[in-house]
Amino acid sequence: MSPKKNILIDFLRSMPKNIFSGFVVSLIALPLGLGLAMASDAPPIAGIIAAIIGGLLVSILGGSHVTISGPGNGLVGVLLVAISTLGLESAYAAIIFSGILMILLGFLRLGKLADFFPSSAIQGMLAAIGLIILGKQFHIMLAHKIDRADTIDYLLEIPYTINDAIHYKNPGLIYAAIIGVLSLCIMLFYPKIRNKYLQLIPAPMWIVILSIGFSYYFELVAHEANPIDKNYMISGIPNISTIISEIPIIDFSKIGTSAFWASVVALTLIASIESLLSIKAVDKLDPQKRRSNVNRDLKALGLASVGSGFLGGLNVVTVIARSSVNVNNGGSNRSSNFFHALFLVIFIVLFSTELKRIPLPALMAILVFTGYKLASPKTIKNIFSIGKEQLIIFFVTLFVTLKVGLITGITSGVVVTFIIHIIMNKGVSLFARNVLKPNVLMFKEDEGGNYYVSVKHFCSFLNFYRLKEKLDAIPEDRDVVVDFSLCQFVDHTVMENLNDYQELFTKRDGHFEVIGLDMHDTDSKHPFAMRRLLPVPNLIKNSLTKRQSAIEGFAKDYGLNYNADKQRETHFLDYFLFFRTKKINHIYNKLSEKNLAIKLFDIEFSEGEFIAKEVVRSTMLHIQLDKNIPEFTLDREGFLEKVYAFAGFKDIPIQDHSDFSKRFYLLGEDVEAIKTFFNDDITHFFESNPYYHIESNGNAILVFGKERLASIKEIKALFDFGKRLKDVIS
Amino acid sequence: MSLKPFKKIGIGVTFSPNLKANIHEASRLALRLKSNLVLIHVGEQSTEKDTKFHAILEHFVKKGLVFEIIFKPGNPVDVILSITNEKNIDLLILGALQRENFLKYYVGSIARKITRKAQCSVLLLINPSVEHIACQHIVVNGLKDPKTTQTINTAFYVAHQLNSERITIVEEINQDEIAIKVDDDKSLRKTNILKERIRQREASRINEIIKTIDSEYTKNISIKSQPIFGKQGYSIGHYAQIMRADLLVMNAPSKMTFWDRLFPHDIEHILTELPTDVLIIQ
Repeated sequence: MSPKKNILIDFLRSMPKNIFSGFVVSLIALPLGLGLAMASDAPPIAGIIAAIIGGLLVSILGGSHVTISGPGNGLVGVLLVAISTLGLESAYAAIIFSGILMILLGFLRLGKLADFFPSSAIQGMLAAIGLIILGKQFHIMLAHKIDRADTIDYLLEIPYTINDAIHYKNPGLIYAAIIGVLSLCIMLFYPKIRNKYLQLIPAPMWIVILSIGFSYYFELVAHEANPIDKNYMISGIPNISTIISEIPIIDFSKIGTSAFWASVVALTLIASIESLLSIKAVDKLDPQKRRSNVNRDLKALGLASVGSGFLGGLNVVTVIARSSVNVNNGGSNRSSNFFHALFLVIFIVLFSTELKRIPLPALMAILVFTGYKLASPKTIKNIFSIGKEQLIIFFVTLFVTLKVGLITGITSGVVVTFIIHIIMNKGVSLFARNVLKPNVLMFKEDEGGNYYVSVKHFCSFLNFYRLKEKLDAIPEDRDVVVDFSLCQFVDHTVMENLNDYQELFTKRDGHFEVIGLDMHDTDSKHPFAMRRLLPVPNLIKNSLTKRQSAIEGFAKDYGLNYNADKQRETHFLDYFLFFRTKKINHIYNKLSEKNLAIKLFDIEFSEGEFIAKEVVRSTMLHIQLDKNIPEFTLDREGFLEKVYAFAGFKDIPIQDHSDFSKRFYLLGEDVEAIKTFFNDDITHFFESNPYYHIESNGNAILVFGKERLASIKEIKALFDFGKRLKDVIS
Repeated sequence: MSLKPFKKIGIGVTFSPNLKANIHEASRLALRLKSNLVLIHVGEQSTEKDTKFHAILEHFVKKGLVFEIIFKPGNPVDVILSITNEKNIDLLILGALQRENFLKYYVGSIARKITRKAQCSVLLLINPSVEHIACQHIVVNGLKDPKTTQTINTAFYVAHQLNSERITIVEEINQDEIAIKVDDDKSLRKTNILKERIRQREASRINEIIKTIDSEYTKNISIKSQPIFGKQGYSIGHYAQIMRADLLVMNAPSKMTFWDRLFPHDIEHILTELPTDVLIIQ
């Protein structure tokens, strides 16, 4: 068979999965699109238009694989300014021009643009955007629309709004505020509930479904008018024929003004940065470990923005939360982006009247949550732990962005960072003398074919692109050594990026090592500390919890090793299918047999990114086998699996064990080998023991029960199960 | 191919703290390379100065060093250049300066001017010492340039005379030779195939050059070739520094070649940031 044909067959085979994940993504894209557009003071449908055009064009022309495109939250702040200063028609013109600029950036190969901004400044800017979104929408969420000139005023008035909301007399407003608060609660507590049926529909869609149901309840069951105040219902959702017939007239008359171009530049900048950051983050989640062509993506996003602008939609960017939902639901190529757009079209065609039943506070709760996530105290804590100077950069960027604007904000962030660098190095000469020098040397060592990279002078956000260029030229499954021993100064931006590279290389079977930094600590010549050392495992917690002491006792009774510390060396888990799209944070409370064949540990991993992020803690068992067995996944059969079966996951039947086949759901590539492997003994063992999720990666087995930490009793049961399973298999 | 030995070695001397170390280095080299030594002092002659120089050189004269001392007042650059021409000096030794507080060396303005204008080979010393320090590892450039053959030849000659153990020939390959830009997996794969091809091409070119050298000079030396994709003139210095090479041998920049118009600053990088001792072959 020719490779071309293979690609086509693979594509068709993965199609059902991509349709499925496109559907799930469209469920979250619909409320987010409406909300983001309204937060930007644009008609709600503008967000949906951006998602549809983006999905259709970027999926065909883009260069990344599992990303989803649509209206982005980072742009809300800029669009708000653009629309309020220029008016909606001229703002569309600005969107079109920013699209053209993005295409240009793509052709000029400026995908590296985002590397020139210090990461703390970007964090500060994103936090400011988060506060802009949160500040404005919080009032609407509590049914208290206000209009202020300054973003900070919105934030300062939050306590007054809360006070007002408590003393509402008008039942319409009370209902609206209650809906808002309930929706916020759904957003907050949804990730905490691990139920696979509930999780099938993303939280924002639950809000939409529940609020539409609420409205129908009053209409059909109670025969009353919807109690929510008319002003707080979503308005202006045209049906499909009006959208087509009433394409907005775009006003190009303000093209000569400086305000227009300020908006264009801001839109381009934020759209590019948001897209580039998202692509980078999503690439790490891609189970097939592909590399995205960012410049091609920029061109596609630019073109989509132009199209979207002409049709009355917002800028199109790559969005992180929706992309991670896509990966988690089995999206494997760009077609899922396409289908997400298609499903949005279907929603608008079929349900545009239904959408008018959504109360505004419900949508705004989603945005408040988004804003909070962008500016969460966790981010600030994180930055503080890196260094006090990063906090200065962060807050300067944050306040200037809030007070003046995005462009000034990010510029001030860059300037402050540079000033701090100068102060720390006691002079500008190190930078002035060396900034133009090609300070990075890379060569392939003869012995072993390792890549060796040496960096001289200094490495900061100013010249990180040189290092990045070299690192990008290395396939991720190789061994790389980055040597900073000739480098006097390494800043936080570089360290953070290197950490990303490290994760990427480890995930793709490569090895990425940074050396020569320990010297900096002792060398009195460089007494500053912008380069922070790479995260080391957290050191011993002094006191053990009750559960930990119980595990320790269990370990003693059965002669096992016990280690309560957090361990970040989790590469042995990367090969399991289950972790392909998940990010493992660490394992802890590790119990192991003396020969390390059976390990039991608590694990913390995260799924999804940004507002779709869910941190999960669970207890798992890992069995290292002496022989090779086929790769498979075994789980109990349930309703969801039947749904998955539609999407192209096939259950492998085992002959003469219809009970086993009925109760268990068995998946794997090599069907024949799996059928031989599941002989009578093994099948009988699974039939007669409690259910666990069991997964083999060829030479090791992973066993776990629920997606939460196990109790002592469960740990004992799991350990016993593992021991017996090992005996049965070998 | 004949190797071009250095018949006359010149060194400019002033009464600085480094005087003794400089003369010691130069004399040792002259003995090793079997050449005559010419001390050039910019200034009036006096018996006091004369005896000082003789006192330092006495030790080497016993071992058979032939030398002369020339005194001439005037502009240091002009004086040294003119004497180099008059006396047919074919290797001129110059000292480098150290940047305050750092282990970084650079060539001062006078030495830099001389390096640029000199008609003969130039040796820049970063850390002259009175005691003998063995020169174990020599890094030499393997640029695709007409001068390279001569440079590599000389490097082997020097390595042989100084009993060096290792020579690494570094071929700097300009990024522009790789027409493909790395965007995604496909272009990355293509780039790597192309790089591998260039690597092999360069290695065979260098092998051809080594074959032409008299085996007497190559037999006891381990030879390695290292292709580097990077900025010409800069990467080799960086490489020499990492590898802790004792001597870096480079082509002299010629004003008129095609290569030089394209990359006008190769040697300038080295002069602002001396990685180790540098020998520039004319």
